[in-house]
Amino acid sequence: MSSEEGSMTDTTESPAQETPQQGAISDFGIDTTSQSTGEAVRDYWARVRGGELGSLPALLGLVVLLIVFSSLSDTFFTLGNLANLLQQGASITIIAMGLVFVLLLGEIDLSAGTASGVTAAVMALHLIHNGNLLGGMGDTVFYVFCGLLVLAIVLAAVMKVWAGAALSAVALVIAGVGIPANAWLEMLLAVCVGAAIGTITGFLVAKVGIPSFVVTLALFLVWGGVVLQLIGQGGTLGLRDDTIFNVANGNLDFVGSWALFVIAVGGYAAVVLTRHFSRLRRGLVAQPTTLVLAKIGALAVLAAVITYALSLNRAPSNLVVIEGVPFVVPLVLVLLVIGTFVLDRTSYGRHIYAVGGNKEAARRAGINVERIRMSVFVIASSAAAIGAIVYSSKVGSVDPNAGGGNTLLLSVGAAVIGGTSLFGGKGRLRDAVIGGAVLAIIQNGMGLLKQPAAVVFIVTGLVLLLAASVDALSRRRAATAAR
Amino acid sequence: MSEPILELRGINKSFGPVHVLHDIDLVVNPGEVTALVGDNGAGKSTLVKCIAGIHPTDSGEVLFDGKPVDIKGPREAADLGIEVVYQDLALADNLDIVQNMFLGRERTKGGLLDETDMEQAARKTLASLSVRTVKSVRTQVSSLSGGQRQTVAIAKAVLWNSKVVLLDEPTAALGVAQTRQVLDLVRRLAEQGLGVVLISHNMNDVFEVADRIACLYLGRMAAVVGSKDVTHGQVVELITAGRSGDLGIARPEAATI
Repeated sequence: MSSEEGSMTDTTESPAQETPQQGAISDFGIDTTSQSTGEAVRDYWARVRGGELGSLPALLGLVVLLIVFSSLSDTFFTLGNLANLLQQGASITIIAMGLVFVLLLGEIDLSAGTASGVTAAVMALHLIHNGNLLGGMGDTVFYVFCGLLVLAIVLAAVMKVWAGAALSAVALVIAGVGIPANAWLEMLLAVCVGAAIGTITGFLVAKVGIPSFVVTLALFLVWGGVVLQLIGQGGTLGLRDDTIFNVANGNLDFVGSWALFVIAVGGYAAVVLTRHFSRLRRGLVAQPTTLVLAKIGALAVLAAVITYALSLNRAPSNLVVIEGVPFVVPLVLVLLVIGTFVLDRTSYGRHIYAVGGNKEAARRAGINVERIRMSVFVIASSAAAIGAIVYSSKVGSVDPNAGGGNTLLLSVGAAVIGGTSLFGGKGRLRDAVIGGAVLAIIQNGMGLLKQPAAVVFIVTGLVLLLAASVDALSRRRAATAAR
Repeated sequence: MSEPILELRGINKSFGPVHVLHDIDLVVNPGEVTALVGDNGAGKSTLVKCIAGIHPTDSGEVLFDGKPVDIKGPREAADLGIEVVYQDLALADNLDIVQNMFLGRERTKGGLLDETDMEQAARKTLASLSVRTVKSVRTQVSSLSGGQRQTVAIAKAVLWNSKVVLLDEPTAALGVAQTRQVLDLVRRLAEQGLGVVLISHNMNDVFEVADRIACLYLGRMAAVVGSKDVTHGQVVELITAGRSGDLGIARPEAATI
């Protein structure tokens, strides 16, 4: 055994180590070159087999559902219905996007639904009473409300969650000053109240240390009661305001629709290409340029077809004209882009994933774990408030049941169906959008097929169960494939 | 012989009535591996935690680079250039190698993560340590073997221009080949001029990589010896009895005061 000492010290499991003692840098040779298309595809396939499914199952499910419902129902694949579908699914999708942040930490927010109801009720009260919340709520309730906002500001400041403190302060100012009704102000108020609610939830979870399941279960009941108190048994608050009505029911005009197309596709292309060429320039491993261009091209074609279809007149009768991309599309897109940006490109987002993956590692790396845990609840409740604006706008009123029922369950379901893991650390914001689309299609399609509510519930539940099984099984697969 | 990078003088530490560390003196030289050995409960981990700023010391002096320093927390230790690789690796499974190496200290450009810069720096560090087993620096940590994880954890410590690296039983849970990898890495750290402190129970590991061996016995520094000057048996005696021939604590009776 007169082998060189050098080769002795390089015993590794990797089969690529047959030629020992190369230059140090060349050991990463495999890592520096740009991949060929075949390699990129193989790489992706290897990851899928290794249990990193991402949103692949949900996307496949989406395609299957589209085909099934189109063949079973004549009305499903009509322009009017598809646009309707987008508007129906938007509120669940937006609430689900907020929940993704919470789920990434392996926590849960069961109160997001009824909390969104509270924000909707406050928004409606402010509108109806022309800014006079004191009159709308009654003395006691109003002072308790303001007291809670002050509490939220203090808690957020103590934990250095400045955004939560600032938004709560804005809510306090709007509530206290009594500015006359204005649709934009009402919507801002709803989001700020949402942030304040999230601050309280987050403090109880992160600082007091109560499991999020229990905190949000309790608050689910509390906020449900608060909605009832604000609106009154059997009452309904009508939202008679064009701006608010248009959030869920309005459409962009022809120019606006195509402008959205240009901005969305152009922006995507700019971001992707900038990163791609910067990686190539620096000699880092990158996908082949043709594949990147093909992806952008496919997206552009798809977006163009959708934009074109939606800008046709889809009114069922000749008396009215309904055309253009619904407002909810840019709304969801903007939230998706901002949220994805925060998760993928900022330290804050990186820290969320780290805390979700290994809390202790994050702590030792100097990350303020409590602050991160508190902040995600602020995000979730604020997003829930935006969802509340959309569903209130869709219905045109707020009733005591707002945000109750299965709003929350569908939102959690949307996030999980899209591929967000309930165990934390795994998931992306687009999961919520894809999952939201799956649920919206099921509800809409089953409705068109005149299925009773019983069947719709059972099918929705089974789909959620299926998604959770895929998550659990792919995790097990990832664990065994690791070594 | 160069100046010691880290020097402890008369460190004492008690947890309530339990006097864990008695007047510990320890010198860590750059470019040397100092093994810290001792039986369970001898105070190895406590000593490391005192150096890392996790436990405050009761009395004694810490000199870093010849200057007295007062380490109040892990952050300050890291700022000085003291990094600790803990026994239970502090890595997040769902992040890739680059993300883990920069965790908590991400490089940003205009408020955004500078991924390409971090990836290049991570690669450079791994290459400088001649880490050959990792196929891509974008591999998720969950898919790495135990030895590779340990490698990443050590590389993470090196990335920060650290001057002293403390390794708490880095080979405890590893197989033969992986132990080999990690020991090579420890040696390379020293060759790069870092002061390395290696805590280990495994005498073979200690004799293989250490230049000097510091033996703790019941919270006292029994002896600091050159690894070439002693035998396995002598070190084992130092660990179990605190003395071996004329090495170690002079008389057992004196040690019981």
